[in-house]
Amino acid sequence: MSILADIAAIFSRDGQSDRVVPKTGYTATLTVFTSGAMAFLTVFALALSLAADRLADRWGEDLAKSVTIRISAPDNQLAAQTSATMKVLETTTGVASARVLSDAEQQELLAPWFGPDVPIADLPIPRLIEIKETDAGFDAAGLRLRLQVEAPGAVLDDHTRWRQPLTLAAERLRLLGMTSIILIAGATAAMITLAANAALAANLQVIRVLRLIGASDSYIARAFVRRFTLRAISGALGGTILGMSAILLLPESTDDKIFLTGLGFQSGQWASPLVLPFLAGVVAFFATRFASNRALRKLS
Amino acid sequence: MIEFKGAGYSYGGKALFSQVDLEMAPGSFHFLTGPSGVGKSTFLKLCYGELRPTEGLATLFGRDLGSMNRDELAVARQNIGVVHQDCQFLDHLSLYENIGLPTAIAGNDPLKEQANLDELISWVGLAERVSAKPPELSGGERQRAALARAVIMSPDIILADEPTGNVDWEMSQKLLRLLVELNRMGKTILIATHDLALIRAAKTHVQARVLRISDNRIQLAGADL
Repeated sequence: MSILADIAAIFSRDGQSDRVVPKTGYTATLTVFTSGAMAFLTVFALALSLAADRLADRWGEDLAKSVTIRISAPDNQLAAQTSATMKVLETTTGVASARVLSDAEQQELLAPWFGPDVPIADLPIPRLIEIKETDAGFDAAGLRLRLQVEAPGAVLDDHTRWRQPLTLAAERLRLLGMTSIILIAGATAAMITLAANAALAANLQVIRVLRLIGASDSYIARAFVRRFTLRAISGALGGTILGMSAILLLPESTDDKIFLTGLGFQSGQWASPLVLPFLAGVVAFFATRFASNRALRKLS
Repeated sequence: MIEFKGAGYSYGGKALFSQVDLEMAPGSFHFLTGPSGVGKSTFLKLCYGELRPTEGLATLFGRDLGSMNRDELAVARQNIGVVHQDCQFLDHLSLYENIGLPTAIAGNDPLKEQANLDELISWVGLAERVSAKPPELSGGERQRAALARAVIMSPDIILADEPTGNVDWEMSQKLLRLLVELNRMGKTILIATHDLALIRAAKTHVQARVLRISDNRIQLAGADL
């Protein structure tokens, strides 16, 4: 049986091919409901995956741009080591600018932990230098060696140890989303196969009559494949629309770094769930085709 | 058309037929008779390939039945009209759709078939019942519809299994006249029946060969028929 002929039969305007299969039966409801529910879940899995993707990119970009030098030294050496560090940075290739954070800025950074009235001048707080890199970046290992000599209390923090686990977590989340989509597709295929098997078993008399009057197995299989594929597409279309509506109703994100409020689609991504009814149709097509061919072979 | 050479059929270790040698020539008319349960329906199934002989050779349109795959068999069946005792319709389709179904399966243009279909439905006297669903039809109407469906593709062979089993004498005579008419058009006819009166009535209209199933063999019936 040719796959192309089967696909053509699905979109044929002649509905005769699947009219030979009675429309009634719980398998019709089961197929529409299953594909609808699975499409609904897939919309969320897709949103999760895309949100994780965006988050990984954002965290990566934000942290990659930010490099800090922390100078911890006794009070009488702090100013000298800060000055020495700035001199090293001025002669380091790849450093676009370097700036010592003021007491006010440091106080602002500490406020979430110690409150706004922290007496920063009385505390042994390290001095922070913020560095902006050029596009080419600098040699972190070389800079560390130079700082070790010129300012032993200076520690270069390029945030690699923060960035890596965050990026890794976001990538895992994206993988989880994709795995969910694959599992949902597999579960849909299994459910539709079961429904098709049930429909074939319930229509044994129809199959016998069709064979009696000269229908080939491919004609009979095509009738079931067309019916189930169209049901799966219609169910998935409903599920996709409901899923997209639910995503649309999620609260708007005010801070793009907060993950849970960023679950959703952005601009062109809204088109991506629209492919789900088509994919449900493809899954139903192959699942029903497999079930029909196997059942008809057994009936021979 | 259909030929058996030393053919036999066993089921569950029990032989229903053995050593069957029979040839149904084009345009011939046959009756197959014998008591109920002797295997008339089984033999008809061998004739249209639903069953295959477990010994010997059966050929359909010159081809060995055993060597035909499912698709080839489906094509061959489009040239065999079968009228079943229980008619076997698709109950969710109308009578019109049921009768026209073989042409749809063959991929014929429905518009071109429409005149042929209308004529055939009138021929079997069901023009007023085209919209009815099979469960709404009487026994006689169902048998006539089954006959119409069997001949819509103008097959060379028509096999009928107890076609008058569920109808009164008047209707059985009407069905018989339709089958005789088809035979005069050159169709090969095989009717399985235990109704000896029907066979006697037919022999006044057509030269028919009467076969009897007895002792696992198919034999030519005697002069009493």
